[in-house]
Amino acid sequence: MADAVHVSVTVNGQAQAAEVEPRLLLVHFLRDTLGLTGTHVGCDTSNCGACTVHVDGESVKSCTLLAAQVDGAEVLTIEGMATGTDLHPLQEGFYAEHGLQCGYCTPGMIMAAADLLERNPDPSEREIREGLAGNLCRCTGYHNIVKAVQHAARLQRDGEVPEPEMSATGEENVREMAAKGLGA
Amino acid sequence: MTPEDGNGHGLHVGRRMRRKEDPPLIQGRAKYVDDIDVAGVLWAAFVRSPEAHARIASIDASAALARPGVHAVYTGADLDLEAGLPTAWVPPGVDVNAPVHWPLAKDAVKHVGDPVAVVVGEDRYAVVDAAEDVLVDYDPLPAVVDPEAALEGGDLVHESLGSNKVHEWSLGGDVESALEASEVVVERRFVNHRTSGAPIEPRGIIADYRAGELTVWSSTQVPHFLKLFLALQLGMTEDRVRVVAPDVGGGFGSKLQVYGEEILLAWASRRLSRPIKWIETRSENMATSHHGRDQIAYVKLGADRDGTLNALHVKIIADFGAYMMLLTPLIPSLGAFVMAGCYRWKAVRTDITGVMTNKMATDAIRGAGRPEATHYIEVMLDQLAAEIDVDRLELRRRNFIPKEDFPAETPVGIVYDSGDYHGTLDKLLTHFDPEAERGRTADGKLRGVGFSTWTEICGLAPSRATGPSGLGVQAGLMESALVRVHLTGSISVYTGTSPHGQGLETAFAQIVADRLGCDPQQIDVMHGDTSQGPWGLDTYGSRSLAVGGEAIARASAKVADKVRAIVAHKLEAAADDIELREGKFSVKGSPDTGLTLAEVAGMAYIPEDNLPEGMEPGLEELSFYDPENFVFPFGAHAAVVEVDPETGNVDLVRYLAVDDCGPAINPTLIEGQIHGGIVHAVGQALFEQVSYDENGQLETGSFVSYALPSAAELPSFETDRTETPSPVNSLGVKGVGEAGTIAASAAVTNAVIDALRPLGIDFMNMPLTPMRVWEAIQEKGGAPA
Repeated sequence: MADAVHVSVTVNGQAQAAEVEPRLLLVHFLRDTLGLTGTHVGCDTSNCGACTVHVDGESVKSCTLLAAQVDGAEVLTIEGMATGTDLHPLQEGFYAEHGLQCGYCTPGMIMAAADLLERNPDPSEREIREGLAGNLCRCTGYHNIVKAVQHAARLQRDGEVPEPEMSATGEENVREMAAKGLGA
Repeated sequence: MTPEDGNGHGLHVGRRMRRKEDPPLIQGRAKYVDDIDVAGVLWAAFVRSPEAHARIASIDASAALARPGVHAVYTGADLDLEAGLPTAWVPPGVDVNAPVHWPLAKDAVKHVGDPVAVVVGEDRYAVVDAAEDVLVDYDPLPAVVDPEAALEGGDLVHESLGSNKVHEWSLGGDVESALEASEVVVERRFVNHRTSGAPIEPRGIIADYRAGELTVWSSTQVPHFLKLFLALQLGMTEDRVRVVAPDVGGGFGSKLQVYGEEILLAWASRRLSRPIKWIETRSENMATSHHGRDQIAYVKLGADRDGTLNALHVKIIADFGAYMMLLTPLIPSLGAFVMAGCYRWKAVRTDITGVMTNKMATDAIRGAGRPEATHYIEVMLDQLAAEIDVDRLELRRRNFIPKEDFPAETPVGIVYDSGDYHGTLDKLLTHFDPEAERGRTADGKLRGVGFSTWTEICGLAPSRATGPSGLGVQAGLMESALVRVHLTGSISVYTGTSPHGQGLETAFAQIVADRLGCDPQQIDVMHGDTSQGPWGLDTYGSRSLAVGGEAIARASAKVADKVRAIVAHKLEAAADDIELREGKFSVKGSPDTGLTLAEVAGMAYIPEDNLPEGMEPGLEELSFYDPENFVFPFGAHAAVVEVDPETGNVDLVRYLAVDDCGPAINPTLIEGQIHGGIVHAVGQALFEQVSYDENGQLETGSFVSYALPSAAELPSFETDRTETPSPVNSLGVKGVGEAGTIAASAAVTNAVIDALRPLGIDFMNMPLTPMRVWEAIQEKGGAPA
């Protein structure tokens, strides 16, 4: 690493600096150098979007950028989306609407959707589908991903969204059913 | 204690609930293989064949070995394994002409991507550089690519075997007389093309051999299988081998495999006394994670002009690729078991010929043999309907096995457990009017509607049917569960299944919660670590709920029995009079005096005089469950497509599905499985194809050229269900993981043909890409004015 380059970058609000190989990909910098393993690698060719993060507020595919290219930038990853224990509206949307199965595409999907909602806070179904066309999911068929993004958009707009005919916890189920006098 | 009839909706079973799995996954806190760090780990990179078929003249690894940080380069000559890679299905009484398959090629390579050497070194990037320095001199041999030509003689994939034919296998008796007696015989040639599982997480492995014990973390669906074969291949005993499937980023059958890389990394870790890690690239995944489908089928359907079905004869040529992997020769047979579909026939027969080519092996991909079977049956039904001018739904209705005939034995000797095929089709038609969807749009697009009324065989177990003396699956197939109530009343459930996205932690917790009167959030479902819990048979073949879930229900019932006995002892009542009500175990009619599970658990672990005479302390129970039969989910699907006659582009505009997998444990999870399953088959029908050229070169080596559907190509889905319980298990459930995939390719294909019939096009094979559809339109004289 005689020809290492210096990278200073703010990741999820935290200043970071490292000497890295010039060819080190941003995604490997995030995962292997900083230990932020929430950003995933799925395809190596920028097709699947599992590696999507934000650089200076815009979504990018971190498998196609070098760490050296983000010197001086602000990077946001999935680990920086929640505020303390409060989930980001998109995280809440994916959770509430069963917007994920194996979860591997989910961080990239959430980061791409966050950029979409930033540009268009009230997207139509078609706009959501076109907006997420750069992120592949093999599990969900996208149906519930679309609902998750709609859910998040409503949350951001209205502050709350009724639970989609689902109970948040089993405890709530028990209370509700007990109130109706039903037993197992 | 269990719901009255095993099928009633309890407090939790049958209800929607958010997934227990999700919080780490949505926050970037999951642990997939590549997220696991082992101190001192070395990295592996593979040198793979760029040739489809060649002799290895020489390998020179000196330059690679001279690079700093490179610890070893191994080739096939270095291997000293106990045996070649396993094929776990050996059909009884059938000769299988299969080559020995080593994790690294010895002497010759047989397909693009065949591994020739592995480089082990200290840095993730540096081992890739070193692998490029390994010089392999290949003497190219003729590539065998066309499976039908391969059977005719000529060039051989494996010279020592003397033939490219793997085996012949048939199911079903005489069909010729029923065909001859038929007023109409429709014949078609199908090409059910090769596809990729394409999970978004590629494979990944860490192997760590230390102090006589081996730990392997692998992105696999089958940690228990892998443990067994690691022990056998490395000459170790199973107690010294631990396999962990951590979070797994999708499988779709492609991780139902014992891969050479898994065996090799373990072998090299033992040799180097270092942990070794390998993460598959997408191009490696496309070339060397097993493929699916790839059949040519000659189908003859015999019927009478009134629409009575008589006989179905399906002759399949299955392209197995260059090696027999874990279940390769079994896959087309899975389709043969349900070749009768939902219908009454006089005779059904499937003849399978397996053939080797210089391509990656095929094996189970979501549905595994059954999507192909459904495709043949359902497309043929539409072909017949057009031929005899009978409405295609009327044709189906006339021949459905009626509800009252179940359990129903088909002409191939399989007994369907339960079904109501009229019910799902009737319900489907309450959701839309097919005739209103057909015809030409204002902007000149051609609209068509296609149906698929399907059933399948899943819940892979009954050991009597699947095991060594039955179909010959050497592992037998059953499932295990251990339910452990902790002292303070929380619960750990150990399942032998290995979920990887299906939401089974949630579904299983719902089952246990209803039986033990607690909150699903207090129940931890543990899976995927062979050092925890009993031997299991993993997750594939839509088996985890119908077999693994039932084992959990049974273990929970055993725990509940013990709880009732303890409560009865404490309350001086009869155990039969103890019921679970509002979270307490109480005497019938006296709910106020009951005990909670936590209170009973405390007594079980601090026995003093809390327990009945002779009862052992503790509160955990084990169940090994071997079902009596498979289960047979079914449904009715419809696709509405719009074809642009100018470009050949097919737009899927609506997709409706009514499925029946028995009573729901969690309807949300079922819908998720159906959505994803449908898209897997829509992908095959419209977009995806693994393609090799005439020289055996892989043309679809990445997601640039392999077209996975994105959100933009798809509509939202309209789903509904009916609930016909299976008599096979107490939950009444059937599998649903593969249902959508088994159903959907025929619905889409029939819809496209329906749209194109006005142009004189009455049959097409998948994939229905714009180019193929446009060419078909051109052959008929081009787009209509």
